[in-house]
Amino acid sequence: MLKLPIYLDYSATTPVDPRVAEKMIPYLVEKFGNPASRSHSFGWEAEAAVEEAREEVARLVNADTKEIVWTSGATESNNLALKGAAQFYAGKGKHLVTVKTEHKAVLDTCRELERQGFEVSYLDVRDDGLLDLDMFQAALRPDTIVVSVMLVNNEIGVIQPIAEIGEICRARGILFHVDAAQATGKVAIDLAALKVDLMSFSAHKTYGPKGIGALYVRRKPRVRLNAQMHGGGHERGFRSGTLPTHQIVGMGEAFRLARLEMGAENERIRMLRDRLLKGLSDIEHVYVNGDMERRVPHNLNISFAYVEGESLLMAIKDLAVSSGSACTSASLEPSYVLRALGREDELAHSSIRFTLGRFTSVGGHRLCDQAPARQDWPLARTLAAVGNGAGRC
Amino acid sequence: MSYSVKVLDHYENPRNVGSFGKEEEGVATGMVGAPACGDVMKLQIKVGKGGVIEDAKFKTYGCGSAIASSSLVTEWVKGKTIDQALDIKNTQIADELALPPVKIHCSILAEDAIKAAVADYKKKHSEQVSA
Repeated sequence: MLKLPIYLDYSATTPVDPRVAEKMIPYLVEKFGNPASRSHSFGWEAEAAVEEAREEVARLVNADTKEIVWTSGATESNNLALKGAAQFYAGKGKHLVTVKTEHKAVLDTCRELERQGFEVSYLDVRDDGLLDLDMFQAALRPDTIVVSVMLVNNEIGVIQPIAEIGEICRARGILFHVDAAQATGKVAIDLAALKVDLMSFSAHKTYGPKGIGALYVRRKPRVRLNAQMHGGGHERGFRSGTLPTHQIVGMGEAFRLARLEMGAENERIRMLRDRLLKGLSDIEHVYVNGDMERRVPHNLNISFAYVEGESLLMAIKDLAVSSGSACTSASLEPSYVLRALGREDELAHSSIRFTLGRFTSVGGHRLCDQAPARQDWPLARTLAAVGNGAGRC
Repeated sequence: MSYSVKVLDHYENPRNVGSFGKEEEGVATGMVGAPACGDVMKLQIKVGKGGVIEDAKFKTYGCGSAIASSSLVTEWVKGKTIDQALDIKNTQIADELALPPVKIHCSILAEDAIKAAVADYKKKHSEQVSA
């Protein structure tokens, strides 16, 4: 039987929780109605399911259901938030502020806004990966209309100070967008307390299906957006298109489980992460990328000096992880996030991202009966040892 | 995309890893690539009578395809004259290792390493002649 590698790439995507999949299935065949159909029970049943899911998404982040707009995922949410707000408020100003370590879905959207005539400041981060608040404040201008800062970084897992950034933005009447794709189920989010105006969510990073996400759009004070998708006027005109009921039901259930299980899950994952880090720390010339305190426990991004990341991955093929080295891309550029941290090229090329999740477990034995390809490497030996603590069985 | 059997073989059993002493007779070195790009190759050749490459060694910082490309060329250049070695083209390396398009630069780097090593030999050799 073919043995699958141990999955430690939860920040790329997560498996759909079986409880989520179970709940989605009836909405494909039996309960197939269009939630927008007002004249019969097929439509009413689907609409009820969509609204129940909306309630669950809102509850996880302490928002009102009317503030949740379904999208196809965090990329679309980021596009709708930034383009929608910039275009609507263009009369107020033309300047946006974001950070160099944001996801490409934010950075590329900002590039597009620059082509449309807006100006964007891309801020540096400190060498711990966090945004410096003084530097942030200094970058704001009288014509700044939108700020976008992610909550949890996808590559290094650091948690940006969005509460403080929100206060600064609100005091100056600037809209604040947060990409929370990597944050749901990992950090508590209270939108009643946070001064955040727009927040992007994704289902598939939190054990829901791919292809569904949401955008939080604050009602008090009211935030307005130019729609980017025109059509039947779904989602109060913010985002037209027939709602994918089964996907939405999946996201709702995934976010409900996240709310109920987040506390215990994070504790367990922190324990696994610490074990993994302890094993890796015995190797010489190993460097953790990003702050270790202000960081989700799910992420460990490490540079192994003198070994190029991708060739390192070939030696530990029993693990499914990501490398910050971009030897596979045409650009040959190493991770722009690690470069923004000030990591020299060689260390940026030598990085590996381990991300742990719900189905990473203690007591796995699968690595033990699979000899790593290069047992003479200290890393291979260590990973064989920690495999006991991080196997998915 | 998965790696070809030949890339894996060279990666797991690299041929001729190491270096020669710089003072050794007939040794020339080619160093190509840059850490910023994630690939650095050092190819050394040991040239004997009649300009024939008697031995070769390499050290590479880079991905599996870069390691395999440089390992392969150490095998290929042995027994060739330096001029014959210059006929090795990156396309032959890429074909032999079944490199995908995103890894063609590894074979180009390996070809460059041969050229650099031969150039180094010729430079040293001409200096010796003129001295």
